Amino acid sequence: MTDPATTTEGLQGDGQGHNSGLLRYRHDAIADHAAVTVDAFVEQDDALAVRIEPGDEARELIPHLDRVKLVEVNFPAFGDGRGYSSARILREAGYEGELRAVGDVLVDQLAYMRRCGFDSFDPDAPLDAGDVEAALARWPDVYQSAADDRTPIWTKRHA
Amino acid sequence: MYRYDTYDQAMVDARVEEFRDQCRRRLEGKLTEDQFKPLRLMNGLYLQLHAYMLRVAVPYGTLSGDQMRALADIAEKYDRGYGHFTTRQNIQYNWIKLEDAGDILADLASVEMHAIQTSGNCIRNISSDHFAGAAADEVVDPRPYAELLRQWSSFHPEFAYLPRKFKIAVIASKTDRAAMKLHDIGIRIVERANEDGGAELGASFYVGGGMGRTPMIAPCINEFVPLDRLITYAEACLRVYNRHGRRDNKYKARIKILVHELGAEEYTRQVEAEYAHLLDQGVEPPFAELERIRTFFADPEFRAAEEASASGEPAETASEPAFRRWVQRNTNPHKAPGYVSAVISLKPVGGIPGDATAEQMRLMADLAERYGFDELRVMHTQNIVLPHVHKSDLPAVWRALDGAGLSTPNLDQIGDIIACPGLDYCSLANARSIPVAQKISERFEASGKGEALGELKLKISGCINACGHHHAGHIGILGVDRKGVENYQLSLGGSEAEDTALAKITGPGFSEDGIVDAVETAADVYLRERTEGERFLDTYRRIGMTPFKEALYD
Repeated sequence: MTDPATTTEGLQGDGQGHNSGLLRYRHDAIADHAAVTVDAFVEQDDALAVRIEPGDEARELIPHLDRVKLVEVNFPAFGDGRGYSSARILREAGYEGELRAVGDVLVDQLAYMRRCGFDSFDPDAPLDAGDVEAALARWPDVYQSAADDRTPIWTKRHA
Repeated sequence: MYRYDTYDQAMVDARVEEFRDQCRRRLEGKLTEDQFKPLRLMNGLYLQLHAYMLRVAVPYGTLSGDQMRALADIAEKYDRGYGHFTTRQNIQYNWIKLEDAGDILADLASVEMHAIQTSGNCIRNISSDHFAGAAADEVVDPRPYAELLRQWSSFHPEFAYLPRKFKIAVIASKTDRAAMKLHDIGIRIVERANEDGGAELGASFYVGGGMGRTPMIAPCINEFVPLDRLITYAEACLRVYNRHGRRDNKYKARIKILVHELGAEEYTRQVEAEYAHLLDQGVEPPFAELERIRTFFADPEFRAAEEASASGEPAETASEPAFRRWVQRNTNPHKAPGYVSAVISLKPVGGIPGDATAEQMRLMADLAERYGFDELRVMHTQNIVLPHVHKSDLPAVWRALDGAGLSTPNLDQIGDIIACPGLDYCSLANARSIPVAQKISERFEASGKGEALGELKLKISGCINACGHHHAGHIGILGVDRKGVENYQLSLGGSEAEDTALAKITGPGFSEDGIVDAVETAADVYLRERTEGERFLDTYRRIGMTPFKEALYD
């Protein structure tokens, strides 16, 4: 799950003026679009990036996924877990573009966020590279299915 | 009972290392206390009035002798030589040092135990019927379903930051011994006829029950979820809650408020829609996993009913009145001929409900190994069960318990009190619970009325969070703070059994000594008014509150 090369690359920033704390686990070019609210996105045919707030209905985006280049899911406080569901819902709907957790994103939540489908992180406060690597390498296996491609223990047992 | 394979062990070991790393980062100042708090809570570590408290998970209340011994060792090594069994079938230690927590978790992992998700706004330890696998009245052993839910809910990435804590109970009898309808999700495994003329098992889902400051009885939202859809349905229930449960007010954040505000019908509609969607997402485990888990809960090799005991206990013991009273009061019918489930009371007269010393834990472990197929259960009523005891071994079991202060014959009687830790330990409490429990048990022991009163479930909470289940007591007591003085409100008529009911308050509260008198007054009204075969609760339901009020306040 952790690719040290991309981790380091992410921590060094992308050289395009983004927050140097951006962590990215994708190999395509960064989608450089300003994110708009869900309501605005649905109304504006030319919007390419959207930001989901905790109370927003992520499913409103599903009819428009073909033009979405970047979804930011905001975590105003790390203890508000609605963004985890928003992320999984979009992945379940087939969204394959960049899914970025922004805001109060902390190292101890990264592994769960990755499992819910986030593939980039733009934390308010920069994270320690070693801690990030340790956090993402923490779990030898997983018990349940989520939005990542890890095989749950209960499937491995009966493979 | 369930045993870890290398996968389970690796996950628990990884958790220990994760927590050690989190503690290190906290000490280095990389984590603020606000950031660290939910992490330590999800490892069972609370900051109480005087020290840290560590809550250890006992999944569905089942323990082996070795595990009970490990709990005894932890009590001695890291605490003050005792532990406290809780209303969610767990054990907690009240005098823990933060710097020892990592080592304790490592000790637990060495006996396939942990403190994962015993606190925090996540899915907590799954509780179950303490007589599971033994009760004569169960459809099937509910624990395999509880174990499947344990695995599913452990480190669930979507549901680690729910609006509030989330408690699930699983039973498989009509008799409810787990307060199922007072949980966020209560599941009852049921049997129904299928088209082939056979029977099939499914799960009835009750969602949105709870105690706390707004007690509610969970409505049934789906009477029959097929067992090969169990996890998918649970996932749907949780997702609707995670997305729509209130987060603006901690006291309105439990799922019961969501179900209440939406209405059970609308909540159910949303769950069914999410369920229909999730059925295509492959979240359900292979059915073979449920079958694998079931093999761990196969019946032990029961002896023939008529077989004699090899304990060496003299035959005269069986005729001792104290022994006979204990058997009559503290054993429960078993599905296997010649067997009973024996309840070890942790409610000695004047004692602290649910406490056991390290020596007592070791003795219970020894008895389980020698006479009980190496199995123990923690009851939500804060007692311990030896689930499978051959009747011929009961005299030896009782003799050993009697020598250790563990033979109080008071199961479901007025001395068998549930009490929260209260103001003696808890930072949330408004009043002490333990001294009130002690005084009541002493009062009824002195008057000798306990036996005459029969089944009378008394429950005490030291604040409105209701950890002592006072809403569900035949008699409930709630400690409040009235202008700096502890005051106790009395309520009557609650039940956490299959006839679930919420108790009603009698009127103005009482002082600490006054509440003991008030309980006795209420008990006397029952003794005066009861008809043949009526329990306290039955009499209350028949005659209503008025006669009790008159006796209490006029």
